[in-house]
Amino acid sequence: MLDDFLLRATLAGLGVALAAAPMGCFVVWRRMAYFGDATAHASILGVAVALALSVSVFLGAMIMALLMALAVTALSGRGYAVDTLLGVLAHSALAFGLVAVSFLSGVRIDLMAYLFGDILAVGKTDLAVIWGGAGLVLALLTWRWSALLTATLNPDLAHASGIDPKREQLVLTLALAVVVAVAIKVVGVLLIAALLIIPAAAARPFARTPEGMAVIAVITAALSVLGGLQASLMFDTPTGPSIVCIAALIFAGSALGTALRRA
Amino acid sequence: MTLIEARDLTVRYGGHTVLDHVDMSIDKGEIVTIVGPNGSGKSTLLRALIGAVPVAGGQMIRAPGLSIGYVPQKLAIDPTLPMTVARFMSLPRRQSPADVAAALEQAGVPDLSTRQMTDLSGGQFQRILLARALLSKPDLLLLDEATQGLDQPGSAAFYRQIEEVRRRLGCAVLMVSHELHVVMSASDRVICLNGHVCCQGTPDIVASAPEYRALFGTGTQGALALYRHDHNHSHDDGCDHDHDHHSHDKRTHDTGVTPLHRATRDKVH
Repeated sequence: MLDDFLLRATLAGLGVALAAAPMGCFVVWRRMAYFGDATAHASILGVAVALALSVSVFLGAMIMALLMALAVTALSGRGYAVDTLLGVLAHSALAFGLVAVSFLSGVRIDLMAYLFGDILAVGKTDLAVIWGGAGLVLALLTWRWSALLTATLNPDLAHASGIDPKREQLVLTLALAVVVAVAIKVVGVLLIAALLIIPAAAARPFARTPEGMAVIAVITAALSVLGGLQASLMFDTPTGPSIVCIAALIFAGSALGTALRRA
Repeated sequence: MTLIEARDLTVRYGGHTVLDHVDMSIDKGEIVTIVGPNGSGKSTLLRALIGAVPVAGGQMIRAPGLSIGYVPQKLAIDPTLPMTVARFMSLPRRQSPADVAAALEQAGVPDLSTRQMTDLSGGQFQRILLARALLSKPDLLLLDEATQGLDQPGSAAFYRQIEEVRRRLGCAVLMVSHELHVVMSASDRVICLNGHVCCQGTPDIVASAPEYRALFGTGTQGALALYRHDHNHSHDDGCDHDHDHHSHDKRTHDTGVTPLHRATRDKVH
């Protein structure tokens, strides 16, 4: 049944959408957009290291994304503005990653596949990894939902209820690293942040509760995946960017609709 | 029974000592108010009690299973986060719709449950914050300048609600406030804070303490000496350390405190 490449691609895209959209809501609520970007960019370095050591690319990307996220968390508030810090770390990690990949002369690597994704080449193992990762992220977010939400709302309110905001931040960082790792194959490191942020941003005007926003974001992300795959087949365009384009169009429609409703 | 106690508590921000060897405790069912000038560490003390600031020295002792309701000074909700009043009331623990409705009714805002938190007025927002803090049936309610942004009838109503809450739930209340006249009449005990505990005791004792007057007398032209003129109580507790009162004794003299008043004060010190 999974022999059809299009079916595998669809399932892979939906798996990533399912995990990335609720995670993206937290990224938006906590104003971590650049944080997501930096984490994603760092993962290309992880890919290079993993290929050099002949270990799983998924694992390499996840560990590097996690290290990046922890480094940003540890360094922020120590003399540099967070956006400066993220600008430095994100692009440095991307540059080092690209240089590191060029050293790997033994294997011919399709760099484009990691930068922009290669969803049509998703195999059965990839599919298992993607759905495993997505399931892990969803389980983590569901389990910690109330605590994460309280800590996001106000750290002091969290403390008063016996919730440690730092621990919840760590949970989110871990979930983000997993999302980045599973999304590489689908949209590539350069566009992962788009898949996190755009569905959540498009969902915001239609949501009245945090849960509602997460659900609408998931639907938006899933529609983007389905639409992007179709568009990619129809117009013979790169699939990952096509998915992001559809998400962007939905966002534009959402923003326009809101503006018209207010007018 | 002591609910929470700070022993020799020291808190530093950077190199600056915000709280310096503070000793204080709250007993079951008391209403205690912290007064002090800006930057005296009032909010920091409250945040230290909920465990939100790292403690540099001393210790914090909480009664086992202590449940705390906290109403922050201000709560900025990011406009990207959609949140109805009803949903907010259920954070972090789910509350039954009936409990939420009852709490809103009690707070005097029964019709707001479907409204967005970001659409509320200042007064409505404060009432919702208090109602949420009460839903968990706290043993101790912490209020950090909770009447900020409310007009006088609004804040008077708010304090009446606090007394009502204490009567109904039997919880202790620790609040920070600038509205000295209201606070002094509504509290069982007042702690005067300025980095360290200057003095503490019943409102009468604190209001007549030189440390308190040194902090609040200046700049108010004696206006704050308007309340509590009945100095027919004993002064056997409260302040126990030496201060130089010479300068502000002179000042009170200048601003025309009645001779009777001054005589009482002279007797005290």
